[in-house]
Amino acid sequence: MSLFTEITIFVLAVFVGFEVISKVPTTLHTPLMSQTNAIHGIVMLGGLIVVGYANDPLEYVIGTIAIAFGAINIVGGFMVTDRMLGMFSKKPKPKADADGKGGSS
Amino acid sequence: MIEAVLEPGGDAATALYIVAFSLFIIGIKQGTHPTSAKRGNLIAAGGMVVAVITTLLLDGIGNWGLIALGLGIGSAIGVIASVRVQMTEMPQMVALYNGVGGGAVALIAWSEIRHGISLGEEIPLDTLIPVLFAGVVGSISFWGSNIAFAKLQDLIPTRPLAIPGQQVINVVLLLGIVAGCVDIATNNGDPSQAIFIGILIAAALLGNLVVLPIGGADMPVVISLLNAFTGLSAAAAGFALDNVALIVAGTLVGSSGTILTMEMATAMNRSVANVLFAGFGGAPAGGGGGSGEERPHVSIGAQDAAIKLAYADSVVIVPGYGLAVAQAQHAIKEVADELEKRGVTVNYAIHPVAGRMPGHMNVLLAEADVPYEQLREMEDINPEMPRTDVAVIVGANDVTNPAAKNDPDSPIAGMPIIEVTEAQQVIVIKRSLSPGFAGIDNDLFYEPNTSMLFADAKQAAAEIAGEIQNL
Repeated sequence: MSLFTEITIFVLAVFVGFEVISKVPTTLHTPLMSQTNAIHGIVMLGGLIVVGYANDPLEYVIGTIAIAFGAINIVGGFMVTDRMLGMFSKKPKPKADADGKGGSS
Repeated sequence: MIEAVLEPGGDAATALYIVAFSLFIIGIKQGTHPTSAKRGNLIAAGGMVVAVITTLLLDGIGNWGLIALGLGIGSAIGVIASVRVQMTEMPQMVALYNGVGGGAVALIAWSEIRHGISLGEEIPLDTLIPVLFAGVVGSISFWGSNIAFAKLQDLIPTRPLAIPGQQVINVVLLLGIVAGCVDIATNNGDPSQAIFIGILIAAALLGNLVVLPIGGADMPVVISLLNAFTGLSAAAAGFALDNVALIVAGTLVGSSGTILTMEMATAMNRSVANVLFAGFGGAPAGGGGGSGEERPHVSIGAQDAAIKLAYADSVVIVPGYGLAVAQAQHAIKEVADELEKRGVTVNYAIHPVAGRMPGHMNVLLAEADVPYEQLREMEDINPEMPRTDVAVIVGANDVTNPAAKNDPDSPIAGMPIIEVTEAQQVIVIKRSLSPGFAGIDNDLFYEPNTSMLFADAKQAAAEIAGEIQNL
């Protein structure tokens, strides 16, 4: 891919990003943030690629940690977002328990 | 062993990446309403699965044992952390996830440089420059986020920590980073790995030094900003690796973080630069009356508060950071339930910077089963304030300070506030008269129609709920 094709994609993505995200209400900004957090876990792809051509112990370690970091980001990010959003959608109960964790189901 | 079937940068791989990032965009788009947001999150997660599987099928992917190890460890940590975390701890969780994302980018950049050097060929600048950017920004983001995490988790003091000559050191570090990058870029035939590591370390120091002096109240802005940084560094890694999914996803996150940062700053009536470099909240500010003098105020107990609330027609609850700290969301919901049983209309007024990150208060109240419709945004609820009988402020301070409107010399002058003084009566549940994060006295506490209830938010709310039941 040529540099300018990539820059074109980048610039268009900036506009799409602003357009889509400015429509998210303040109420949902915390889940949005944690969801976008999960999305930038996509850097794990970079880890998968570089570990493929790693050829000394240091590079093995760097690559594996990068993959682990990315996986924490992806798995943790999407799961915690799901937990949070579950709280917005569940039906109000007659009485809330005082210290309940809630919504982990 | 899986056979590599996709050519990197080939049509099939690119098509699948397009599917992946389309799913991200659709997922975020669904996030505009609470009822569809959960599905949106699953759609985005589906996009991630497509992106990961596509990458695993690329030709040249190897060292499967290491991949399995990294995926296994990372997934396990991610699952455990996300199941265990309390909703009040969400900001530090986001900070931590953000940090590991930045760390991953910095490590990938380092690996790319090593790979480039080992090939012994000239590294093209359209690869090298994004790699340098990714390394620097990723490293800043990793360390900055970790400091933000440590502050929010109370591992280090949340008050601004400044060292003398801070700004000078920051500038020197930044110049050093730029000089190092220029050196590597101009020697792209044989770049020095030592200089690259030096750049990563300087960026790490910079990340620490920029975030350390920032007070707890400004953390929402910092986390959003670091989120944008990590996103952009991921996009830069995409440029380096010619990976379209990384470019689009990283850019989306960069846009998101940028928008949230700007919204936060606007809600505090400050510029982002002011948040980052002013060390606000450290020095005692002048406006709003001296902090030393005793001013008359009305102090009440839980029973009086219960009576005021129970015989009101409409009540607005203004939750703040203190509610999150006291974990009082469930207790407050009980008060609201008791009031609603008596036919009182209850709404919650949410200031854009209430809590520790954008929208955090909404999550906490949603956790306590407060219906979404009762969570009202500032612009929406302010016009209703004059028709409100009692405004109850729980652990909020600066966001209700009338000085923001009335006193042009106040440090928070011009900051949009929830106009509780318009309500017939105000009850402030707070531990003491001490000023908020902005370090300024709140004139609200001394208004004739304001009653102070000095107590822990959770305890006070539980007592009020009990008293209302007994009426």
